[in-house]
Amino acid sequence: MSVRRVAATAYREAAPALAASVLGGLFAGAVLGGMRAQLEAVDGLLVVVPALLATRGNVYASFGARLATGLHQGIIEPHVAAGDRRLRAAVGAAMGNGLLASGFAAAVAFGVLTALGRPVAGLATLVGVALVAGLLSGVALTGAVVAVVFAGYRRGYNPDTLVGPLVTTTGDLFGLAFLVLAVRLIVGGV
Amino acid sequence: MPRTWSVRAITRASLPILLALTVVEVGSGLVLGTFEATLLQYPSLLVLVPVTIGTAGNLGSILASRLSTAFHLGTLSFDPGDDDLAGNVVATVMLAITVFPVVGAGAWGVAAATGSVRLPVDVVIAVAAVAGASLAVLAVAVTLLATYAAYRFELDPDDVVIPVVTNTCDVLGVVVLFGAVEVLV
Repeated sequence: MSVRRVAATAYREAAPALAASVLGGLFAGAVLGGMRAQLEAVDGLLVVVPALLATRGNVYASFGARLATGLHQGIIEPHVAAGDRRLRAAVGAAMGNGLLASGFAAAVAFGVLTALGRPVAGLATLVGVALVAGLLSGVALTGAVVAVVFAGYRRGYNPDTLVGPLVTTTGDLFGLAFLVLAVRLIVGGV
Repeated sequence: MPRTWSVRAITRASLPILLALTVVEVGSGLVLGTFEATLLQYPSLLVLVPVTIGTAGNLGSILASRLSTAFHLGTLSFDPGDDDLAGNVVATVMLAITVFPVVGAGAWGVAAATGSVRLPVDVVIAVAAVAGASLAVLAVAVTLLATYAAYRFELDPDDVVIPVVTNTCDVLGVVVLFGAVEVLV
């Protein structure tokens, strides 16, 4: 195939997914744009935002990929049974890793901002906000990933192609929306 | 390869890289923090942040997974004259050039719909377009480098390239956006 043909095919195949993620990203942007009160109330919160959003993507995309692989291999069933040991372990690990990375991001940001002499909220506030936001968005994303991967698989879709777009579009949105809620819960008022 | 489905095994496999990527992302947050005042002053630029870094990461990961598939099929060669390679690179740049002006207009529209806008729409479109075109070139470079490194070190590009590319593009996204804002606003 000529370069032109390859490029045209690649463009056509990628454009719909990219357009969908742009739409999701604009929604997330709307939430971030409406967060100015929270960003001003908690110094250093904006510094943590990319890490928190990336954590959602990194943890829950790999959780979804793991579920998809498990379904393909037939070692988990596409039904939610609270007693399923493997499903519980995968959910537990995703939640645990997500919370650890969120708290760690807040602590690193606090340390660096303090060392640079830049204004930063208290360590407990920043870590508390990150953990509460991590917990809430973790619950929401776990539910979304399990529901979509299982339902998609039962309807005959390849779960591998569902996970990436699902996590990138909902991850940022949930991540930021719950960050607003977390600031309200921890700091109150704003 | 059978994997162990226990909290401990999953954590041991993924936590170290997760924490390393988190440190990288705090780096991009620090860049974001340096122009926080500008972002808070112009809501349309704040709206642009997640969509710019997300789209840059997606461009990189689409290219990475296409190259990775070609690599597994044995049809990829790291030769600038390779049609597969050149075609995918051209498509990535074309996607960026066509999508980012829409991203800019969308961000301005979102800011206008949800509050007040203080920047004219053409400035926001210009910021998005310039940042997007620069990011496309950088995303292509990072993806090619990471895929080539995976190939040289005999790692499966599916495992390593996508996390490296998406997180690097997050950081580059913020840095390039900062640059575009400094020059154009």
